[in-house]
Amino acid sequence: MGEVKANAHLDLRGVMCPINFVKAKLKLETLEAGEVLELVLDSGEPIQNVPKSIKEEGHKILEVKKEGEHFRLKIQKG
Amino acid sequence: MTDHFIEDKTTKVNVNLETIGERVDFNDLKSGGFIKQRQKDLFTVRLRCPGGRMETKKLVEISKIADKYSKKGVVHFSFRQSLEILYVDYKEFRNIVSELEKIGQKVASCGPRVRVPTACGGCEYNPNGLTDTQGMAEMVDQKFFGTPTPHKFKTSFSGCPIDCSRTKEMDFGFQGIVEPVWEDPLCTGCTICSEACKEDAIVSDPDTGKPIFDPKKCIFCGDCIRACPTEAWKAKRYGHIVRIGGKHGRHPMESIEVSTFLPDDKVADAIQKTVEWYNANGKRGERIGNTIKRVGIQKYLDFMEPVFKHGSPVNYLAPGV
Ligand code: HEM
Ligand code: HEM
Ligand code: SF4
Ligand code: SF4
Ligand code: SF4
Repeated sequence: MGEVKANAHLDLRGVMCPINFVKAKLKLETLEAGEVLELVLDSGEPIQNVPKSIKEEGHKILEVKKEGEHFRLKIQKG
Repeated sequence: MTDHFIEDKTTKVNVNLETIGERVDFNDLKSGGFIKQRQKDLFTVRLRCPGGRMETKKLVEISKIADKYSKKGVVHFSFRQSLEILYVDYKEFRNIVSELEKIGQKVASCGPRVRVPTACGGCEYNPNGLTDTQGMAEMVDQKFFGTPTPHKFKTSFSGCPIDCSRTKEMDFGFQGIVEPVWEDPLCTGCTICSEACKEDAIVSDPDTGKPIFDPKKCIFCGDCIRACPTEAWKAKRYGHIVRIGGKHGRHPMESIEVSTFLPDDKVADAIQKTVEWYNANGKRGERIGNTIKRVGIQKYLDFMEPVFKHGSPVNYLAPGV
């Protein structure tokens, strides 16, 4: 899969559940449908919970990259 | 055994039946819901609330009735999710029962019979939920409430393996599960599923990032399915793990798993047949876990085979791939 260009970025390293999800949600609300948000999430609880909640809200996860102890995700607003 | 219960002779409750009046169904009264308190003439009235769910409009009406009849103006949320109106004078049973009836609220049971089922929130609104625990509890309450058994018979429904309603400690418990299947072509190797699985049933292939699945560790929770961004993990089927013979109390017993992936529409048959077996094999005052210990689990399983064959065996392993 090629590199997807992001319209916005949010680094959620060190932000706990469920605040990280709430921040991601607020950020997504500022975007238009089809635009892409790049998120950085810690492994452990954040990566266990945030992607599934994002999916449940109807957004699409386009890309996931593991970078050491964290993950870089590209999310398309649904 | 000291039953704090109106039919029990040892507690010497002098209930003058005439003052209570004919409008109360005495069979109803005996089958429970009225529990004698320490205080003279005062009883706890336990309401029938399957799954602990109640419409707010009904709750408002109940609170008015509780306020009117509780001498102390208090209720208690019982450990099995029913609402109890405390400090009710037995002379007012007729009135409180008829007022409750008017709003469609029934009184619960105790003694040797099928009790009101308990249930967690389940799949309707809990994000982890895999089965409709509330619907199941409602159905079981409608069909089986009050059925006589050798001793109490408690059922419960949990929506997932977190098991908030403690199916492992019930006479007969049902816990929701889902079977995960994986489709290679949809997988991007992102490794999220191995992070999401709390049971170490998934590790990521160091080269491709794709899941390597250990079916022996999988408890069918569905976290991998919810977490996967591409639907490479999917739900193959939903069902219940069925557990029998658990109990609490002075001598707790852990239940035995007797079926997995039993579908929703076989739950009623499972209860029906298990109650039948219990009534045929159980001694008076013996919980079903002890009956099974005495008679042997295999006899029970043989009897249940026409129902449990619709599920999978207890040692079932998901193929995963
Ligand atoms: C405000 C009250 C409560 C809240 C917010 C609450 C919340 C939760 C949550 C979020 C879980 C899932 C934990 C997990 O993901 O592992 C859970 C599990 C559970 N809850 Fe509660 N709960 C409450 C009260 C109760 C009560 C009153 C009981 C029992 C009478 C109870 C029994 C359980 C049990 C048995 C589990 C399974 C725990 C385990 O994993 O071992 N909870 N509860
Ligand atoms: C009117 C209804 C009820 C009556 C008259 C009643 C009475 C009794 C009696 C006589 C025992 C046996 C005590 C013993 O053997 O040590 C008992 C045990 C017990 N009761 Fe109840 N009970 C009622 C309803 C409930 C409810 C609604 C709960 C819900 C949480 C409950 C929970 C228990 C537990 C946990 C035990 C320990 C025994 C066991 O479950 O294995 N009871 N009850
Ligand atoms: S058992 Fe599962 S579905 Fe039921 S309340 Fe607990 S976490 Fe939610
Ligand atoms: S269903 Fe099995 S593999 Fe998937 S997260 Fe739960 S335990 Fe792990
Ligand atoms: S979460 Fe889905 S896409 Fe990612 S590695 Fe697991 S199966 Fe593949």
